[in-house]
Amino acid sequence: MKLIIINYGAGNIKSIQFAFNRMGIDAILSNDPDEILAADKIIFPGVGEASSAMNMLKQSGLDILIPQLKQPVLGICLGMQLMCNRTEEGNTKGLEIFNTEVKRFSNTVKVPQMGWNVIKNLKSDLFSGIKENEYMYLVHSYYAEHCNQTIAATDYGLNYASALQHNNFYGVQFHPEKSSLAGAKILENFINL
Amino acid sequence: MLTKRIIPCLDIKNGRTVKGVNFVDLRDAGDPVELAKQYADMGADELVFLDISATLEGRATTLEMVLHVAEQVNIPFTVGGGISSVEHVDALLHCGADKVSINSSAVKRPDLVNELADKFGSQCVVVAIDAKEVDGQWKVHLAGGSIPTEINLFEWAKEVEQRGAGEILFTSMNHDGTKNGFANEALAKLSSELNIPIIASGGAGNVQHFIDTFKEGKSDAALAASVFHFGEIPIPELKKELRKNHIEVRI
Repeated sequence: MKLIIINYGAGNIKSIQFAFNRMGIDAILSNDPDEILAADKIIFPGVGEASSAMNMLKQSGLDILIPQLKQPVLGICLGMQLMCNRTEEGNTKGLEIFNTEVKRFSNTVKVPQMGWNVIKNLKSDLFSGIKENEYMYLVHSYYAEHCNQTIAATDYGLNYASALQHNNFYGVQFHPEKSSLAGAKILENFINL
Repeated sequence: MLTKRIIPCLDIKNGRTVKGVNFVDLRDAGDPVELAKQYADMGADELVFLDISATLEGRATTLEMVLHVAEQVNIPFTVGGGISSVEHVDALLHCGADKVSINSSAVKRPDLVNELADKFGSQCVVVAIDAKEVDGQWKVHLAGGSIPTEINLFEWAKEVEQRGAGEILFTSMNHDGTKNGFANEALAKLSSELNIPIIASGGAGNVQHFIDTFKEGKSDAALAASVFHFGEIPIPELKKELRKNHIEVRI
């Protein structure tokens, strides 16, 4: 099993690598298209600002490569948001894998949402063994609107899509690598897909 | 619903925890990784490591410690203490820290907040503020609270929010170490005037103090050290009590 974490310069990706190491799984950091194409499973991470992250993807041609992947791909946080059609952050066009838009939370709630919140209406093998209303760690100012690809929902001022799936593409708004044992279980499920 | 967070704070010197910690089952009470794991298992929502090393060598050791914590701990953690440059933050985040907290260095050079938020995102920039109320005025203090300034707490907090801080860690020096409860009036004012999360610090002595800071102080998170380290308030029991009092917590 060859697991790649796409390394395009966006944020703290060590934590994801360490989370897999704790499960006894090696994860390779790479931005090499050939290596990514040859992987069995791919993590698409992202922390930071959307438009600059998108520019970094374009520089290495990953914006073309990622939507063509046939293996299971898991976008985390900004990674998931970049897989949507468009995000309000920096008015950025996304990879158009998930048929939805990413918007900023309104100021009726504190922004960013920071901390542990629950995921519910779970609808994917990714959540096998995860109970409804399990707690996950989230840090984000923008959220994905619901669409028919929603596989988990969370409430923060409004109800939004905290996970999405389209064919082999999965996206989670929360950080499974920082979400204690339940988060580790989701990463394990992804490996077992 | 987003839950209220419980955050133990560990003081670190030369890569080791300094304050006496009185846990059972610890092979090495000075080992931050052991402690961090234990807190994560108990249900702590996040951890804060405050580096009080006085030397460059000490700080280098802390960087190694951060790497070991990130390797082994499955909850988020913040590192603070003596951070004054973008390069230092870059190194800490590369070692796996989720957030950094800056304090005096932000007062001395407020642009640092903008630089960090622009480069790494607001989500990892915590601005810690130590303040003391004198004659009804909350004044910011520097260098661990030892140097008073004329800066008003609320104005400074609003300024760092505008500059891109993602969170405020407010320590009341009037309350710190007293075990008489948190500075809930000032905390509630911060919470209503700002639109980023506020962490309450200073004054935790019993469970009621946590209930009060979440209800009256409108705090988003509460940080404490000795009541956790000495087992005076076990985190699982604290969280049970909070839930009984209709405060949303992760159990």
